[in-house]
Formats: sequence, structure tokens, C-alpha cells
Amino acid sequence: MNPTDVRNPDYFHKVVDCQWACPAHTNVPEYIRMVAQGRYDDAYMLNRDSNVFPGILGRTCDRPCEPACRRTRIEEKPVAICRIKRVAADNRGDISARLPKAPAQKLGKRIACIGAGPASLTVANDLVPLGYDVVVFEKNALPGGLMRTNVPSFRLPAKVLDEEIAMIVDMGVEVRYGAPVTSMKALLNQGFDAVFVGSGAPRGKDLELPGRKEAAAHIFIGIDWLESVAFEHIHQIGERVLIIGVGNTAMDCCRTARRIGGKDVKVMARRPRPYFKASPWELDDAEEEQVEILVNHVPTKFVVEKGKLKGMEFERVEWSEDAAGKQISRTIDTVFIPADDVIVAIGQENAFPWIERDVGIEFGKYDLPKVDEKTMQSTRPGVFFGGDSAWGPKNIIWAVAHGHDAAISIDNHCRGVSVAKRPGPEVKLITQKMGLAEWSYSNDYSTAKRAKMKHVDLQERFKRISTEVEMGFDAEQTQREVERCLNCDVQTVFTDKRCIECDACVDVCPTGCLTITQNGEEPELRNRLTVPAANPTQEIFVSGGLPQTGRVMVKDEDVCVHCGLCAERCPTAAWDMARLDLTILKAGQNGCTSSR
Amino acid sequence: MPSPKPNVVHPHLRPNQIGLTIRDYEGSMSTLCAGCGHDSVTAAIVRSFYELSTPPHLIAKLSGIGCSSKTPTYFVGGAHGFNSAHGRMPSIATGANAANRALTYIGISGDGDSLSIGIGQLVHAIRRNVDMLYIIENNGVYGLTKGQFSASADIGSKSKRGEVNRFGPIDPVSLALDLGATFVARSFSGDKEQLVPILKAALSHKGFALVDVISPCVTFNDHEGSTKSYLYTRKHLLQLISADFVPFAQEISVEYAPGTATSVRLHDGSVVRLRKVAADYDPTDRQGVADHLELHRHRGEIATGLLFVDKQASDMHDTNKTTDVPLAQLPYEKLCPGSAKLDELQKTFR
Ligand SMILES: Cc1cc2nc3c(=O)[nH]c(=O)nc-3n(C[C@H](O)[C@H](O)[C@H](O)COP(=O)(O)OP(=O)(O)OC[C@H]3O[C@@H](n4cnc5c(N)ncnc54)[C@H](O)[C@@H]3O)c2cc1C
Ligand SMILES: Cc1ncc(C[n+]2csc(CCOP(=O)(O)OP(=O)(O)O)c2C)c(N)n1
Ligand code: SF4
Ligand code: SF4
Ligand code: SF4
Ligand SMILES: [Mg+2]
Repeated sequence: MNPTDVRNPDYFHKVVDCQWACPAHTNVPEYIRMVAQGRYDDAYMLNRDSNVFPGILGRTCDRPCEPACRRTRIEEKPVAICRIKRVAADNRGDISARLPKAPAQKLGKRIACIGAGPASLTVANDLVPLGYDVVVFEKNALPGGLMRTNVPSFRLPAKVLDEEIAMIVDMGVEVRYGAPVTSMKALLNQGFDAVFVGSGAPRGKDLELPGRKEAAAHIFIGIDWLESVAFEHIHQIGERVLIIGVGNTAMDCCRTARRIGGKDVKVMARRPRPYFKASPWELDDAEEEQVEILVNHVPTKFVVEKGKLKGMEFERVEWSEDAAGKQISRTIDTVFIPADDVIVAIGQENAFPWIERDVGIEFGKYDLPKVDEKTMQSTRPGVFFGGDSAWGPKNIIWAVAHGHDAAISIDNHCRGVSVAKRPGPEVKLITQKMGLAEWSYSNDYSTAKRAKMKHVDLQERFKRISTEVEMGFDAEQTQREVERCLNCDVQTVFTDKRCIECDACVDVCPTGCLTITQNGEEPELRNRLTVPAANPTQEIFVSGGLPQTGRVMVKDEDVCVHCGLCAERCPTAAWDMARLDLTILKAGQNGCTSSR
Repeated sequence: MPSPKPNVVHPHLRPNQIGLTIRDYEGSMSTLCAGCGHDSVTAAIVRSFYELSTPPHLIAKLSGIGCSSKTPTYFVGGAHGFNSAHGRMPSIATGANAANRALTYIGISGDGDSLSIGIGQLVHAIRRNVDMLYIIENNGVYGLTKGQFSASADIGSKSKRGEVNRFGPIDPVSLALDLGATFVARSFSGDKEQLVPILKAALSHKGFALVDVISPCVTFNDHEGSTKSYLYTRKHLLQLISADFVPFAQEISVEYAPGTATSVRLHDGSVVRLRKVAADYDPTDRQGVADHLELHRHRGEIATGLLFVDKQASDMHDTNKTTDVPLAQLPYEKLCPGSAKLDELQKTFR
């Protein structure tokens, strides 16, 4: 194999799987260490730089980082990354002095954002400090998008939402509430220098079955119903509630129903559990609140008697695989389940009735706009999309990531620079050596198991819909949890010229990551290692020829626990532990890639 | 303080026949200098015991004084151990073996511990053919006392400060061969592919097995002008014979060209296959081996491999006709039958 080029920023970045998996590339291990040291303000600001809403996301993030966490390669559960983010947000002091500000001298460029959801807010957050005038058009009376209207307050308190949105709006964003954009053409004629569409995927799918019209008064579309509850237009629901669908929206619907009158709440799923769309923790939380989840029930009709909803009929089915491997169902029987109200939560769609089809914005499959994946630009230069509006429903952290990308493009567009020109990441490798066997990070391995989130007890939480269920980690839980992080950003960096092939590093490595051997072709070499490198998705490191024998040092990064022992036992400092500081640059930041 | 070794196990580590992983054969974290050859020998010992599936509680580790003699702490934490006075490990080992022949004995010594203060002890352990593995971690210096030349330093070899050694070396391999040792090998800490099979064979051998391991002292004897440095050893090493260890009851699948390999079946049924690198080399011919050693010494080469093996000889217990039951397990009445029996015995000498 050719020697690994560790100057390619991706090589070490991929070792920090959490940061790599985060759409906004939040520097997870660094903020975890800051929390460990009680530096909550620093941890909060580091988060905010990447993900803008640490307090909101510390409660609601979809956490793609956690399944990616390397801890799962050596034990069952990942580090509770998201919960530690919340610890930083909950414990921070007054950080107002550290927030970005609008400059006194403005650029004289005006940007329109449609919708005040997380995508638009991120665009404003990035552009206002550069001197842009950002105007946000929002059809509702309050900002936040689905975070306000759909994420229930028992998961995300209004105070947290208000605070973090205010940090952006108070920089000097002009938000026009109650101002739906009804014509793109008209907006384009207002002379904005660029337009960002962050209007979300606002239409909930309906369930067209017999009886739908007759029983309309007791059938609700999930996202609309949640919005009505959030804006206090709806205060109650019947005792027996059926929720159709088993995604995250369904989970919020059933739990909300339990708080405003629902006693017997059933979530009806077509498929067995492994196919559920809802995150496992959402399912757990719903079941904790005595919501019943019924699998393999396919809805067939709304049963209406004398114009009143009585319940629903379902086919009970069995699933199997056909010859082509496709899942097919077989009906067992038909059952009737009584209900007072039904909530349909089977997905969301995009809808752009207000974008005229002759303004140069092309639409493609599923009537979605054609948007460039890197630049977020539509087919009309100067019009950008992001968040759920671009490719359909995703989540908050993706909306933020899109917002950052769109802001870079808007800044380029306004400066006459090609939107395709993106700043590279800023990369630094900083040695962690403090002295003999002394490291500036906690290199000891903790055997602690993942801390469990404490919940407000059931009776208490049902008293008020806005009572937050999750209590956050206490000091002791935080202390243990931060030590579970393997510090994957502290990289093992090898200098082949220095190695005397004493084997000390190979011998000491607790997880058998290292091998000194003759070079070879990858598949064969992988098999010859101290412990064969069985994970094909993990690149292996191969050094140049070693001075004494010409053999190579090979490292399988797969289960390295970043304990630093290889570097500690190396007599010549051929191994070093160096922290990878990788910052994804945002609008207005100039890239430069440097090595140690 | 060195960092502790993380309490984490690679998920793909395979347990051996008695259900232990290689990490179960480790000891506490080494306090030797980083890069010391002795740590590599430790790692080779850990691997050997793991692969042989030796139960830790049936192992006894013995040593004298020196950096090398500190190393039993760093392997098989669950074994018995005794750290004796400087150079006195052979007699402690002899006594322990006499009392409990059921254990596997491994003695770790240094060139200082064995060839200076302890040489009188070493030669008698060889002479008695005590059933043990005796490793000399040979670095040409007294590492622990900061690098004085030892009795294995070569003439002309330079110390770190530049002074030249003028006394001739004692070669433990020639010494052992001459005294009738039944298993004699030399290896290098930096070559586990050679060292591990040798150690496994030595542990399976019945009788005294001496393994001289060139084990560089990275702090006091790894400079230019040293003849026991990593670089010098790599440049002058000559593998005379290579050993493959095949445990008992395992198929011998490798085929060798006729005349190039010899199999030696050890006491416990395992087999060592010795592949000759030098065509005229016979590892069972004591005189021939001695001649070879002399020749390579002359050429300035370090001859390595499982150099000599004799599986016929009887060990100390055979010679003494000791009971098969370890003395330590005999009931007290049998071990010490009382003064009446003693009188009876004495009468037979009158
Ligand atoms: C029930 C539910 C629960 C969820 N829970 C989570 C969660 O826990 N974690 C998570 O990460 N994600 C969650 N999501 C998804 C997440 O809320 C969205 O992916 C995210 O809010 C999308 O952000 P956005 O900025 O693209 O759009 P949105 O948040 O949808 O914001 C769009 C805004 O645009 C406004 N708007 C729309 N059209 C116009 C117009 N023509 N003119 C003016 N204004 C307009 C809307 O009023 C709205 O305020 C959930 C979604 C739902 C439905
Ligand atoms: C009776 C006695 N004499 C002298 C010493 C000092 N001393 C300690 S270690 C040592 C030599 C160790 O050399 P070696 O056996 O080669 O071990 P190394 O440290 O090189 O591995 C000496 C002379 C001692 N501890 N006890
Ligand atoms: S830091 Fe070094 S010694 Fe520790 S697990 Fe990783 S490679 Fe092994
Ligand atoms: S410890 Fe250092 S010198 Fe020794 S083999 Fe490892 S990298 Fe090379
Ligand atoms: S002084 Fe020499 S022999 Fe002793 S631990 Fe250090 S390197 Fe090893
Ligand atoms: Mg020595």
C-alpha cells in the first residue's frame, strides 16, 4: 500500500466519527472536554459556532453523531453526546458579550429570507455580522418554525427557544411577522440582492379512506393539530385517541394527547417494530407515558354512525418476504377499534403554490425545486433553498447545516464571487504532550456505562403540558459521562524517520491497533495485522518504510481508544498524540490549511 | 507516573483453550524505560503463555535483580512469583521446583545477574537440569545501575560515554552447551516471529531450557559503537535455524523439502520443526553446534535460532528419583514420617 497521506484533512477527520457524522461538523470531543473542565461558556460558544442552537439541539437533536460514536465499537452504548450539549447550555453564564454583532458599517446589501425556522435563522446568524441587512418574512406571529409550532413544549421549553432565537434576531434582523409570502415574483421585484427560501415542508399528508369526510370534525392532521395545540387554539381531545403512523410526529402527537385529555391512546403501525421511523428514545418515552403501540394494523376505514366518528377498522396483517426480497403482507382478519378522535401522522410534503413556475426556478421530481447540494442555489442565480424546503423533511441540525452553506453562497453571490468557491476546513494538529507520561487530556479509559436521563414523574408531568420531562444530567452524571468520551480527536501521529522498531508501541497497545510488518496489498495486509482489520469502512494507516528494516508501521484506527500509551512508551517520540482542531469555515471566514 | 493500561478489550480478541484472552496474561504496567527490549520480551512471554493456554495459577515466575529481573511483574499477574537477591534466582528456582514439580517455572535474568554475580548459581541449575525456562535478557550492560559494562559486552564495544570494553565476553549459549544443557537458543527482542515459537518450545521442553535474548538497553547501550544496539543486532543477526512450534494433537500441515527440516517431539507430545537455514547444521549434534558457534563468532555474526535440543536427558527429579506427586501436595505424615522412620533409615547406613 502507499503511505497514508495524513495531510489530507479528511483522514484524521474521519477518525472523529461524531464530528464527521454531524451535518454541521460540531467539534464534539473538544466541547465534551470543556464541559468536563466546567468551562460551560466555552463549550456553549464552540457549539454555537457550528450548530447555532445548542440549548434547543441539546434537547431535540436527531443526534446522527451518537450512532457514529466510536465508543460503540468497544461497548454497547455511545457517549450521551446530545445530553452533554444540554449540560453546557443549562449551565452557561451570560455569554451576550461573546455573541457576534452587526458591524456599524453596513454593506448595503439586502437579503430576504422566507420563513423564520432554523434554516433562515442560521442564514441571518451568519450574514448579519458581515454587514448584510436581512429581512425575514414569517407567516406566523412567532419565530422558530416547526421548533415552535410542532416540537411540544414538554420536550423544548419556550424559554430555551426564545433565548436562542433572540440571540440572532437581536443582532438586528428585521422579522416581519404575519407576513406570508404569496408570490415569489412579487418578492423578486422588491430588489433584494438574494433570496433564501426556508419555508419548510408545511403540508401534512392526509389519509383518504371511507368515512374521512363524514367524520372530519374528529380527524386531525398531525402537524396542524400540534400547531393548534402550541398556539392554544386546541385545548383538549377525547379520551380514546388513535394515532395513525409511527414516526416522530406520531410520538409527539400521542404524548401531547396524553396531556390534554387522552386516556386510552393507541399508536397504530402498519409494520413491525424494526421498521418504525421514530427514534428509539422517542418510542421509549411514549411507552413510558402508557401509550400503546400496536403493530401490523393497516387502516381501512373510519367508522361513522349517525354522522359521528365511532372508531376505525383495521386489517391485521402478517409480513413476509417474497422471492425478490420484497416485504409483502397477508391479511389475517379485520378488527374494529373504537375512538373519539383520530390523528393522522403519516408524513409531510413540500408545497410551493406561491412560487410561480416562470421565474426561472425549476422544479423536478416530486415537485421539489432543483437545488445544488453544495451551494444550495436553485436554477435561478441568487435564489437559495435550505432546510426542509430543499429536499423534504429532515431535521433541525440539517436545516442549520444548509443555512451555513447557503450563507456562504449568498455572501459569494453578493461579492461577485462564484458560489462554487467554498472555503476549505481550517486544520491544526496540536501536540498534547505535557511531559513524561503527562498529557493535556484525560487519557485514562473509563469503564462507566452510559448515564440514564432522569424524568419528571408521570403524575407531575401530566399536570401542565409545558412541564419539561427530561431533567438534564446532574453534576455526578455529567462527571461520569464526559469521561466515557474516547477523545477521538486526539490523533496518533507517526513520524517514520524516528522509529527504531523497538516494538514498544505495538506491545503496549491495549487494543492491538499497531503492527510493524512488511508492506503488502491492502486485503492481504489487513489480515496480517496484530488483530486483523475487519472493518472495511475504516481506513488503515500505513507509514513509509522504517529506517532500520524498511518494514512499515500499520495502524488500524478501528478500536483505538486514544489512551496515548503508544506515544508514552515510544523512546524516540515517533508517535505523538496531537489534537485535531478542525473548523468548517463559514461565510466571511477565509480558509487556510496548516499542519503542525 | 506512567498511565495505567486501559481496562478495555478488543471485541475481536479470541479466547484460548481455557477461555482467557491474551490480556489475561498481562501484568501491571511496565516501569522500565520506554523502548527497552525487555518489554518486548515480556510481550513475547505473554503471547507464548496465552497460545499455550497455560493456567496462570500453574506458573511460577522467578528473578534476581536488574531491570530484566523486574519484568516478571509485567506479565501473568495471576501467577506465583519470587524476586530473589541478586544472582540467586537459580537456587530459589531449584528449591521451588524440588518442592512442587507441578508448576511451570520461568526464570528471568539479565547478563549481569547471570554472568557476573550469579554465574556460580546458573551453572549448577544447568548441571542439575532443573525443569525450567531460563531467559537471559542480554543487553551488555548493567541497566539498572546506569550502564556499566557487563560480562557479555564484546571487546571493543563502546559505552555511552565513549570508553572501550577490554575484557572478553562470556557467551551464555556456549557456556550452557558446554555444561550439557538440553535446550539452548538465542533470539532477539525485536523479532517476535522467531522468539515466540522458541519460548513455546522451551516452555514445553522437559529440563533446563536456556534462551539468551539480545534485548537492547535503549537508554545506556543503543548508541553507535555498541554491539548490543537495535541497529547493530539487526545488521549482524544470522538465523541459523528456524523453529515452528506445533502443539500436541495439532496436525503438522507444513511440508518441507526433504533434508531441510528435522522434527523433534517434546516430552508433552508437542513437536518442534526445525528448518535449517545453513545446510550443514544439525541442532542435535552438540559438538557440531559448538563448532558452528565458534565459526560465526569469528565472523562477527550473531547466530540465532533454537540452536541445540536434546530431549533424551533426564531432569533433576528423574535423577533424584523423586516421587511423581509434588512434595507440596504430599500429606504431612508422608512428607515427614517421624523419628522412628528416620532411625530405621539411618540403620541402613550403618
Ligand atoms: C412533530 C415534529 C417534531 C419534530 N421534532 C424534531 C426534533 O425533535 N428534532 C429535530 O431535529 N427535528 C424535529 N422535527 C423536524 C424539524 O422541526 C424540521 O426539520 C425543521 O424545523 C426544519 O426547519 P426549516 O427552517 O427548514 O423549516 P420550518 O421549521 O418548517 O420553518 C418554516 C417556517 O416558514 C414559515 N413559512 C412557510 N411558508 C411560508 C411563506 N410562504 N411565507 C412566510 N413564511 C412561511 C413557517 O410558518 C415556518 O415558521 C420535527 C418535526 C415535526 C413535524
Ligand atoms: C548483591 C548486590 N550487588 C550489586 C547490586 C547492584 N546491582 C543491581 S542490578 C545490577 C546489575 C544488573 O544487570 P543485569 O542483570 O544485566 O540487568 P539489566 O538491568 O541490564 O537488565 C547490579 C550490579 C545489587 N543490587 N545487589
Ligand atoms: S492511543 Fe496508541 S496505544 Fe492507545 S489504543 Fe490507540 S494506538 Fe493503541
Ligand atoms: S515505540 Fe516508537 S520507536 Fe518503538 S517501534 Fe513504536 S514508534 Fe518505533
Ligand atoms: S536502563 Fe536500560 S535495561 Fe533498564 S529499563 Fe532502561 S532501557 Fe531497559
Ligand atoms: Mg543487562
